[in-house]
Amino acid sequence: MEEKVISREKVVTFIDTLIGKYYVFAPVKKKDFISFDEVKSGNEVYLGYRNSKDSPKRFLFPQSEVMLRYEKGRLIEEGPFDYGKRVIFGIRPCDIKGFSLLNKVFDNHDFRDPYFITKRDSIILIGMGCREPQTTCFCTSLGIDPGSSDGADLFITDIGNKYVFQILTSKGEGIISEYDGFNDAEKADLDMKEKVSEDAKERIRTKVEISGLKEKLDGMFEDPFWSDLHEKCIGCAICTYLCPTCHCFDIEDETVNDKGVRRRNWDSCMFPLFTLHTSGHNPRESGKERMRQRIMHKFNYFVSYWGDTACVGCGRCIINCPVNMDLRKVINNINHG
Amino acid sequence: MQNPYKPYPVRIRRIIIENDTRDLKTFELVFLNKEDEECFRYTPGQFAELSVYGAGESPIGIASSPTEKGFIKFTVKKMGVVTTALHNMEEGQVIGIRGPYGNWYPFHLMEGKDIVVIGGGFAFTTLRSAIVYMLHGENRKRFGKITCIYGARNAGELIYKPELKEWEERSDIDMYVTVDKLNGDPWPAREGFVPAVTKEIAPSSENSICLVCGPQIMIKFTIPVLTELGFPPDRIINSLEMRMKCGIGKCGRCNIGNRYVCKDGPIFSLAQLNEMPDEY
Repeated sequence: MEEKVISREKVVTFIDTLIGKYYVFAPVKKKDFISFDEVKSGNEVYLGYRNSKDSPKRFLFPQSEVMLRYEKGRLIEEGPFDYGKRVIFGIRPCDIKGFSLLNKVFDNHDFRDPYFITKRDSIILIGMGCREPQTTCFCTSLGIDPGSSDGADLFITDIGNKYVFQILTSKGEGIISEYDGFNDAEKADLDMKEKVSEDAKERIRTKVEISGLKEKLDGMFEDPFWSDLHEKCIGCAICTYLCPTCHCFDIEDETVNDKGVRRRNWDSCMFPLFTLHTSGHNPRESGKERMRQRIMHKFNYFVSYWGDTACVGCGRCIINCPVNMDLRKVINNINHG
Repeated sequence: MQNPYKPYPVRIRRIIIENDTRDLKTFELVFLNKEDEECFRYTPGQFAELSVYGAGESPIGIASSPTEKGFIKFTVKKMGVVTTALHNMEEGQVIGIRGPYGNWYPFHLMEGKDIVVIGGGFAFTTLRSAIVYMLHGENRKRFGKITCIYGARNAGELIYKPELKEWEERSDIDMYVTVDKLNGDPWPAREGFVPAVTKEIAPSSENSICLVCGPQIMIKFTIPVLTELGFPPDRIINSLEMRMKCGIGKCGRCNIGNRYVCKDGPIFSLAQLNEMPDEY
């Protein structure tokens, strides 16, 4: 693996070089949160972020996306539509893991989803290791290292006055070659990088037990636990919208006069309409069934279907829940209940 | 890369009003492109997403049999936005279809066995597909005795009436058509609920497999009858319905536990259903 270093100031110039050749998306400071947004200058990038409020999953799976266009009842244009060459700068290891989990759903031997796949293939991921995890972070419990470069094309570690860039793929190599301000990393830089990663890992204090959780849930479908759990939930679904692994969607037609588009929109298992039959029958009638579905899908069904847990421990559902539902506590209660 | 969300264009060749209530119509569809028809190879029990641009898509069981060439057909109940839009269409108009999706009736297990088909109301569509398939030419000898019990509220609500009468005349299928209330109608010959008729006819469970499809209430009372007759859960085959969008195991809503009805179903044996959570 090749490693390069660049000074703090030069990162901005590096990003400037990329802009124009790619659509560059990076963490940007909004009024009271951080979000990945398209940047027109390196100065807009906020490098002191811990993580973005929303998951970058929308770059592969947008909240709303046109699937096809029709006119007078006939198909006139078929997607996937071109989103151009995009660079995601500064994506965290947990969110990259989220991409790989979505990949299991959208690109498998049964059906390959071209809307997801074309975006995935044209995107370049510049990951960035965490220095200051949040108190709600619990990625290490899910086997994710806050300094892990898995799945990235390039991976950055902030070592103080400098950034270490690991080149992991040919796409990453290509990006590095766009800019001549890089130097080869020295041993001291690499040692520092190691230390930063280790420190970050240390700082993640919350641990939840995932091993054995799937088996525990196997026998819990009828457990009274679910009747209490959902009680404070107001069904707002913010947990699923912000989750890097939630992938449920709706397909809707939008028509004005004779012309329209078929869209794929995010949907959520927390909404009663999600499973409502036209007949009026609803297999997940109350919050109890919907909360159970959300937890079961992440920690049981997804495991048996795809061999992995559908959670990356990013803590977004914990930070943003309006009624303070804490997934870590839920897991602990299941384990010890 | 093939786009699984792109519907094939099909022309409505014929529309048949199936019942007196006029909320059940059968649509015979013809592919506009020969290649699409080649791609759409199905087995009885599967479903497809019917697509009306501007209204949306709806998952509907395939009522025709692959032995019927040159068209596919669907019987659709007027229920929501898409099915109402479909009901408002006329012969000659073009709609979209994508699929076929899901699994099919377990013909590999059914071969060499007697077959009991039990249907109720308008949930007779994919069962009709299975019957036409089994009765067809060379296929017939792959199966033993075929018994069919089919019921509806009254004579006017029975679907595929001309075909039912034709099957009643055949010697290679034993037909028992019944209605909840006869109201003096000359046909069918029988009055009574499906579970009661099943009990009365008492088809043998020996080397036999049963396909059941109908409203919840019919299933609820028919299963105990079948169990009493000696049908084990792995030889009672059901077809489920669920709200669906993608049809290909991605949109996340039609699961029962860790099975997607669209991909791992819609056909499940009672043995499988007994293992699955009661959430359907």
